[in-house]
Amino acid sequence: MAHSHAHHADDHAHAPIEDADGPSSDSVVLEQALRELLIEKGVFTAADIRREIDDLESRGEAQGARLVARAWVDPGFKERLLDDVAAAAAEIGIDLSGYALTRALENTEHTHHLVVCTLCSCYPRGLLGPPPLWYKSRPYRSRTVSEPRAVLAEFGTALPDDVAVEVVDSTADLRYLVVPRRPAGTEGMDEEALARLVTRDSMIGVAHPRPA
Amino acid sequence: MTGPGRLAPGTRVRVRTASPRTHCRTPHYVRGREGVVVRHAGDFPDPERRAYHHLGLPAVPLYHVRFAQADLWPDGRAGDTLTLDLYGHWLDPIGA
Repeated sequence: MAHSHAHHADDHAHAPIEDADGPSSDSVVLEQALRELLIEKGVFTAADIRREIDDLESRGEAQGARLVARAWVDPGFKERLLDDVAAAAAEIGIDLSGYALTRALENTEHTHHLVVCTLCSCYPRGLLGPPPLWYKSRPYRSRTVSEPRAVLAEFGTALPDDVAVEVVDSTADLRYLVVPRRPAGTEGMDEEALARLVTRDSMIGVAHPRPA
Repeated sequence: MTGPGRLAPGTRVRVRTASPRTHCRTPHYVRGREGVVVRHAGDFPDPERRAYHHLGLPAVPLYHVRFAQADLWPDGRAGDTLTLDLYGHWLDPIGA
């Protein structure tokens, strides 16, 4: 019988997908029991949970980038953003209710901010979505506070000698979003185009925004 | 807005050197160190009690505090700073 399909050389080169088929941990069992009980009691529905997960996972850096781009073109908005992130976000249709209190940190010609959570992985999820794996890694969490310039260099980010680095360790109830400096040569670009220059990494502080 | 016992921005503070065995959110690298209050960040439920199934109320004051990196690390660079959020009961004001 003739082959009805071609065999590719790498048919079996893919690593197997790991399935966690062992017994569930205590916290998994607890979560399931609590969730089923609360659904049974009518506190919320399974669809409510699905919607919340979908909302959390669908947030990416676009929300944060829109805030930064608006701040770049509108000095009044920038001041409102520095004063109250949630209120400023609401002005442009971003809903941060249910997310932790967030504060914006403005990079200037004198100061570059770099955000870390040494204790766990606190992160402005409402504006940037889930954090990258490296942000949650022990090397990043431990080295950023003690040798921030070495960490920046490893991310390929150079800073002039006369710019001070301020590391911000989100140790408590607040989350932090860096407002990077507007790149040179972007005069006349509209907000949408400017937002495309604002990367997640520039809002954490490990990188600069994309150049014009 | 200030209240009784509220630390004003600009207040120099020393972080307590306690080593509680229970949950706390004061990293070791600032314990015993001197910094400056940047602002009162708000009042929040006390995480040191919330960790043990307590509501953590009444809320306790949280402060954004700035340290000189040169004061925290042997190789800390002059001019570089580090800020973090610390609860009021970990901070003792220094001087007048």
